[in-house]
Amino acid sequence: MIVGEQKPFDEIWDMVKGHKQLTVFGCNTCVSVCHQGGNKEAEILASLLRMRASQEDVEIEISDGGIERQCEHPFFDKVQETLRKSEAILSLACGIGVQFTAQKYMSTPVYPALNTTFLGDVPAEGFFTEKCQACGDCILGITGGVCPVSRCCKRLFNGPCGGSSDGKCEISKDVDCAWQLVVDRLEALGKLDDYEKITPIKDWSKDRAGGPRSFKLEDF
Amino acid sequence: MKEIRTNSRLEKILKNGHIAVTSECGPPRSSDAAVVVEKGHLIKDHVDCINITDNQTSVTRLCSLASCIHLKNEGLEPALQMVVRDRNRIALQSDILGAASFGINSVLCLSGDHQSFGDNPSSQNVFDLDSMQLIQTVRHMRDEGKFLNGDEIKVPPKIFVGAAANPFADPFKIRVPRLAKKVAAGAEFIQTQCVYNLDKFEEWMKGVVDRGLHEKVYILAGITPMRSVGMAKYMARAVPGMDVPQEIIDRLSGVPKEKQAAEGITIAVEAIERLKECTGVSGFHIMAIEWEEKVPEIVERAGLYPRPAVD
Repeated sequence: MIVGEQKPFDEIWDMVKGHKQLTVFGCNTCVSVCHQGGNKEAEILASLLRMRASQEDVEIEISDGGIERQCEHPFFDKVQETLRKSEAILSLACGIGVQFTAQKYMSTPVYPALNTTFLGDVPAEGFFTEKCQACGDCILGITGGVCPVSRCCKRLFNGPCGGSSDGKCEISKDVDCAWQLVVDRLEALGKLDDYEKITPIKDWSKDRAGGPRSFKLEDF
Repeated sequence: MKEIRTNSRLEKILKNGHIAVTSECGPPRSSDAAVVVEKGHLIKDHVDCINITDNQTSVTRLCSLASCIHLKNEGLEPALQMVVRDRNRIALQSDILGAASFGINSVLCLSGDHQSFGDNPSSQNVFDLDSMQLIQTVRHMRDEGKFLNGDEIKVPPKIFVGAAANPFADPFKIRVPRLAKKVAAGAEFIQTQCVYNLDKFEEWMKGVVDRGLHEKVYILAGITPMRSVGMAKYMARAVPGMDVPQEIIDRLSGVPKEKQAAEGITIAVEAIERLKECTGVSGFHIMAIEWEEKVPEIVERAGLYPRPAVD
């Protein structure tokens, strides 16, 4: 899922403090799982902003709300009126939701309350880790189900580099060496010999490098 | 004798059966090439080839290619170190052609340290290719006479292709297979990480020899003299993938501070003496970090001077 982290409160305040009215708008799917951007977080953030406005003697009317997903039209139906009347929107969605909302309300400023950080999993409660960079050409089938694009800091296709030490990456003892994990997994699968197959040069045109990507279902 | 494919002096030395000696110089953090040229002159008579590092430890420096050209213009034999951290395949292929156009005959294909270690930790990294794929790329350009996309190169770059190996990084069990992979990719010579743990290096070399890899690639053991016990402790503690046994630290600690540098040189010379006897070792890559003036002494004391003449 998409993981995001709320921006520093001062940065959020600086973006919105010039408005007279603001709707703090949650997105209750991906970024609510990490307790950063759901409708509940929108309510809390709105309260904090009201307190700040009061402390600084700034006149700004702040309401809050949210929908299940800010990246699809149908979910907006029930909030059309609220958003249309808003002077500004502070979106707690990922970057996708912020853009989708901004595109729907062309003359309304839409600000991001979150930094969209990565595509990740939840290996333990309250802990999120990056697992995918949506590179567009998955090679997990040959790397034992461990992604070197997102998990090796040099995204090596034929790792590990010389900086792998005790299972950790050269950049930090807190970061697992992805290629140690690949090797461990290949060994567990009885496929360690596959390590010696050279992974060919990647076609990055399927990645961000090829420009914005899209695909269309023919039946629709 | 094996077929000589390039004008690389290193290739000629190795294929004539001599023990090779290489070294390296780091370019300055300025536009004054005199610094690296001077370093080159300090060691030129004692080594067969001088590697020029490529923004090592991710710190911005005068570029490796330009430094190599400066050395070449002085009649020295440089090897171009290339990391894949900073350039995509367009720039890498372009620089390979550029190097060959100046008669730079050897290249060392590397990943490069992560940029978080350097002076621009907020920079993007490229890693379009990895070091394995860069080896393949240079060999493809040279031997097939083609760019990666298949287009013909009218005058292919005649470059001797090297790679690094770190026997001390983890997981150890794939360190011989990893070398085999680099050989399969096309590496013709290997310069290893600094060797301090001789037992472990010899264990790795045994694995290399058991697979016959030493007959397919020339392995140069990396030698870096310690200047002080502080340096030894720092390398043991802070440099990823470095194996400095406690006995090296103890030995340096056991001599007065003013004699530690001399002891460090002696340790380096002893390592060379021992590894000369190690089957599969074809030479030595002496990395005297900001201490290039000591390279001649190490080479002479290790009995590797004078260097053999090759045409």
